Amino acid sequence: MGRTRFGLALTGLLALTAVFGPFVAPYGPTDFIDLPSTREVPGTLLGTDYFGQDVWSRFLHGGREILLLALVATGLGILLGATLGMYAAYRRGRTDEMIMRSLDVVLSFPQVLLSLVVIAMFGPSAWLIVLTVALSTTPRVARIIRGAAISVVESDFVAAADALGESRRRIIGAEVLPNVTAALLVEANLRLTYAIGLIASLAFLGFVPNPNAANWGLMVQENRLSLGEQPWGTLLPTLAIALLTIGTGLIGDGLSRAAAGIDRGRAQD
Amino acid sequence: MSGGLIVQGLRVDVEATGQDVVDEVSFAVPAGRVLGLVGESGSGKTTVGLAVLGHARRGVCIVGGTVRCGTTDVLALGEPDRRALRGGRVSYVPQDPASALNPALRIGVQLREVLEAHDFGKSAAAREVRLAEMMAEVLLPGDADYLARYPHQLSGGQQQRVGLAMAFACRPSVLVLDEPTTGLDVTTQAHVLETVRDLTRRHGVAALYITHDLAVVADLADEVAVMYAGRVVEHGSVRDIFVASAHPYTRHLVAAAPDIAGREGLVGLVGRAPAPGRRPTGCAFAPRCSLATDACRDGFPAVTRTGAGHDVRCVHARPGALSRPALGSATGRSADAESALSVEGLSASYTGVPVVHDVSFELLRGECLAVVGESGSGKTTVSRCIGGLHKEWVGSVKLGWAVLARDARARALQQRLGIQYVFQNPYGSLNPRRTVGATVRRPLVLAGVDDSTADRIVAETLERVALTASYANRYPDQLSGGERQRVAIARALAHRPDVLVCDEITSALDVVVQAAIVELLAALRRDLGLSMLFITHNLPLVRSIADSVVVMSEGRIVERGPAARVIDDPREEYTRRLISDTPSIVRALA
Repeated sequence: MGRTRFGLALTGLLALTAVFGPFVAPYGPTDFIDLPSTREVPGTLLGTDYFGQDVWSRFLHGGREILLLALVATGLGILLGATLGMYAAYRRGRTDEMIMRSLDVVLSFPQVLLSLVVIAMFGPSAWLIVLTVALSTTPRVARIIRGAAISVVESDFVAAADALGESRRRIIGAEVLPNVTAALLVEANLRLTYAIGLIASLAFLGFVPNPNAANWGLMVQENRLSLGEQPWGTLLPTLAIALLTIGTGLIGDGLSRAAAGIDRGRAQD
Repeated sequence: MSGGLIVQGLRVDVEATGQDVVDEVSFAVPAGRVLGLVGESGSGKTTVGLAVLGHARRGVCIVGGTVRCGTTDVLALGEPDRRALRGGRVSYVPQDPASALNPALRIGVQLREVLEAHDFGKSAAAREVRLAEMMAEVLLPGDADYLARYPHQLSGGQQQRVGLAMAFACRPSVLVLDEPTTGLDVTTQAHVLETVRDLTRRHGVAALYITHDLAVVADLADEVAVMYAGRVVEHGSVRDIFVASAHPYTRHLVAAAPDIAGREGLVGLVGRAPAPGRRPTGCAFAPRCSLATDACRDGFPAVTRTGAGHDVRCVHARPGALSRPALGSATGRSADAESALSVEGLSASYTGVPVVHDVSFELLRGECLAVVGESGSGKTTVSRCIGGLHKEWVGSVKLGWAVLARDARARALQQRLGIQYVFQNPYGSLNPRRTVGATVRRPLVLAGVDDSTADRIVAETLERVALTASYANRYPDQLSGGERQRVAIARALAHRPDVLVCDEITSALDVVVQAAIVELLAALRRDLGLSMLFITHNLPLVRSIADSVVVMSEGRIVERGPAARVIDDPREEYTRRLISDTPSIVRALA
């Protein structure tokens, strides 16, 4: 319980920073302020970065992109994965085999490698980053949701719907989906955690939609050489990414415990 | 008294809340005798059985009373001493032998383990002698090849006999059997019961036999204790309980039990037994009791002795029986009746393995046809083929005059709505995330009925199955098993089907609830002229509900005819054996 609240607080804090940061930032993300990599600069909170821009302002601007890309990618991955997983579980037989084995092929490539290859080939546009992260998330979600849906699909209420001749879309949407929401929530959270990490890593490697814009992952890479003179430029975004993933991870942990009923009855004071 | 089991004032509480699961439970079982402990699910009978071994499930604890096995006070012992006692002086036979035996160990290894754990016998050689003796006692071959088998290589009945051999291994003085024959077919059950009876008599074991099946108790036990909501409400000899029951609940229990040799219909009981924490002060049965007065609510009734060894806890204790309707004599089929459903030359298979061979029968309009068979007889497969849920079959199924497609999806809407299915397990047949109203409404929506008409029909149908319209807003987890099954029946009835297929619909329910459902089905047939296909393994039940019966075995029909004729005068050897192996209260008392 306490851990989940802590996770919610962390995630909330960083999400607020990412969303509202740009409105309160003293400078624009690409404004040139002073000499590069200087700690004590009048009028700035934490000094300047490798290029002479304000570290604090760039930090406040740098979360939006990561969070947005991660959310969209996770949403898309969950949508695709859950649909395929439930459909495979409901149809069984050859359809199931074909869907799951094709997804296994995708699964056999490491997530980072797959994204790198695709993005290196076509260039780092926002939609391509979202798409590759979503597609590499899909098979993982599909496996979990298929597992959760298998037992639901075998229930008699699904047989009852079959006997009535309900459409397959309705059976999956109205009979199966509401009964796998617990697994879906846990999985969505886990995948969001990974997506944030993955998209930040891609940014660190230089794959960002706009190389001049502020981005936590990119900031780490840009400022790591001047870590000695100006640690804030590296430290602040690193901390933000770490705390964000820890926060979402803790929420996911709480959700899965609640879904499994582990702390049930203990919460009463 | 040297041997035997004496339980006195036993109380078991829920640890967290201090609410009683069972309370004031007292009984004595002399050596060599069997006490049947009967009651609905949730009445606390398994809790009592485990307490005899000094054990309580997680979350509950034994807080009061004494349990004496011979001269040993079980509850006064520490955990290590209790452990030595269990499996040695006091043994336990669980409900499901398949999960009680370790699937990874050979049965010989598991049997030797019991002897070694209790240092039985002086040497390994002595233990081997005992092992051979045990196997002979439970009528299993004791050769090395057999002992080298794994549990999955044995049938359910053989597994349960290995369980019995384990229980009898160290010559216990007290034996607790928790529904050991549930899930076995009647012939196997008859053998297991015979073994239990023989061994308890021969070795002077005091046995506590826990079950919900009254016929088994009548057959096996010397005395019976009836539990309701955590208390023993009546205790007496088999004859006291079944012929001169003094507690109204016992009378309902007896009147709800279908009997293969009985000539009377079933009487159901509405409502449900209160769970721990929701039990009223006074007699817990009072809310469902027709005799209840203010005196019943004042306090839990004291023991009234109505005869030698016959104790009742009821203010209105008075030996007697509930009046039961006589079973209608079968009218026989009229020659001009129209066919509602006809099945011709149906053969079905699962992934190429044939399970149903050339089955043909006809269900007439307004008739109830029972398809009876043991597990694996193919009866459920037949019903699933008819419902279009199983697709691997050949032959012809006609609804009225229309030949039905194999797959429900390929059938016309009117045909799909015309055959409605009620499933075995009411806990799995309703979508837990949807209200009762939405569930019952679905067939109407598919049929294109407009909203206000659908609302009216849903309310009407719920009332027809003896629920109220207010149930429409509830979710399945707020309902009892019997109520859920009524909802499933309401869903099937909503769009007035031509044929209602009931697949073992009472097998997951307690006996008084089963009787209430049977009463409901009879009323529906009377009022709506329903044609009904009733699939069941429960032969005694057939008599109370069906006009005609088809007996299936190994995928084939072995006998057919009017229900009364088939049960009273079976012509085939298989049916005859099935009927003679079915325990019966009437026969046990004769």
